[in-house]
Amino acid sequence: MVEKFDCIVVGAGMSGNAAAYVLAKRGLSVLQLERGEYSGSKNVQGAIMYADMLEAIIPDFREDAPLERHLIEQRFWMMNGSAHTGMHYRSDAFNEAKPNRYTILRSQFDKWFSRKVREAGALVLTETTALELIFDAYGACVGVRTDREGGIVHADVVVLAEGVNGLLGSRAGLRAPPKADHVALAVKEMHFLPAETIEARFNVKGDEGVVVEAVGTISGGMTGMGFVYTNKECLSVGIGCLVSDFARSGETPHGLLEAFKAHPSIKPLIEGSEVKEYAAHLIPEGGYKAVPQLCGDGWVVVGDAAQLNNAIHREGSNLAMTSGRFAAEAIFQIKSRREKMTKDNLARYPKALHDSFVMKDLRKYRDMPALLHTNSRNFFLTYPELVAKAMENFLRVDGTPKRETEAKIFSAFRKARGFTGLFGDAFKLARAWR
Amino acid sequence: MSKPGEARVEEKLYQNRYVVDGGRSHIRVAAHDKPSANLLAMTTLCPAGCYTLTEAGQVEVAPDGCFECGACRVMCEPGGEVEWNYPRGGYGVLFKFG
Repeated sequence: MVEKFDCIVVGAGMSGNAAAYVLAKRGLSVLQLERGEYSGSKNVQGAIMYADMLEAIIPDFREDAPLERHLIEQRFWMMNGSAHTGMHYRSDAFNEAKPNRYTILRSQFDKWFSRKVREAGALVLTETTALELIFDAYGACVGVRTDREGGIVHADVVVLAEGVNGLLGSRAGLRAPPKADHVALAVKEMHFLPAETIEARFNVKGDEGVVVEAVGTISGGMTGMGFVYTNKECLSVGIGCLVSDFARSGETPHGLLEAFKAHPSIKPLIEGSEVKEYAAHLIPEGGYKAVPQLCGDGWVVVGDAAQLNNAIHREGSNLAMTSGRFAAEAIFQIKSRREKMTKDNLARYPKALHDSFVMKDLRKYRDMPALLHTNSRNFFLTYPELVAKAMENFLRVDGTPKRETEAKIFSAFRKARGFTGLFGDAFKLARAWR
Repeated sequence: MSKPGEARVEEKLYQNRYVVDGGRSHIRVAAHDKPSANLLAMTTLCPAGCYTLTEAGQVEVAPDGCFECGACRVMCEPGGEVEWNYPRGGYGVLFKFG
């Protein structure tokens, strides 16, 4: 069986589905390969979905997409062993006709997205693992070998939406495999509770939802973050840290998750829940500097495989969808001009990415990974402890004059990091944020 | 070599759905006398607890509970300690919620 398509999309996550949908809608013949039993069966995310970027692809998605809760409140927590200091933002303005952020369950959402892809006319082949890319004598990618019998398929262009591991592209030498300090390992459990219990515990009603994102001693000095996301009838509870940090520390991911769940600020939120799934996944954290070459003769790479993830804002699926859409639009333009899928022609795609929020945001935070990854003990252990202590001193009324309390707080910070360290950290953080 | 966390990770895996490809392991550990630091790290790092240290001091993998996350590939493929592929189409973990 040697078949030829206009385009092969490897993978059916956010970027692959976005690309396949747009390509099929524009009338191209599209084959999408997915190794799982159904699209979504291998995909893991927190998960928060950003409406704007999906609307650009499927404007009326709210009519039938499986959405869990629209988010009206964000809680940022800095935690130590017994406390959290929070910054919360809750607004009724988020209760709008077309809400901006939703929680989703990826398996269900991806099934829906995949149905849209098929309705648009793409051929979706599940239970099919792509094994390697096929190149012609001139080094142009011309197809994919799959694990189906005689499973070579050809196309003018291959969209590599193969996820964070990016086996095909890295094995073909199109980019380096992910490095241990450029990926985080996140583990997550699905905690089921009645909707009324979730609504009471998080002070929401109807389809309103809350996000809790926490940093601090919960990651044991590693660069990491814990989270609780409210879905309709379950909570996504997880924690992730850099793979290199896990290796150095000897902490187990599930041990860290258990400790996070046992924290006095988290435990009451999940009390009495029934856990129905435990999952793990890698997250690209290398930022702007880790983004590889995005296209070549006969191929483009999108989504996590291209390290398109904004770790500071915890945005990934929107970058994935947008990159999939841009790649598809570039391919459509080339096709409609009857031009060849060369690197030069496909460069429309990286150009569109660079002109958009995707690369602009990643570029803005380009120095952040290096700063946080090399100073993880200060940012994820020392400062959270200091902040918690400062808050406790500020609030505990024990007859100590306020001036003495303030002096104590100030001296604790100075002792822990020194003046040079404190100003240095503040300066570096401000510069990396700019 | 069992730590308190290890027993629990197996319990966690009971909640999950897998289609195990009997006899075909998608991950192989290269023969070794003494594990490298990176390979040894997998005994704590693997989120599904697939890697264990044997009495004889070698690291073994039993990837039935594998999430196909790729952490061990990131750690151990460059040094050749681990050979890593995705399972055949349709096999491996099947996330119900993801």
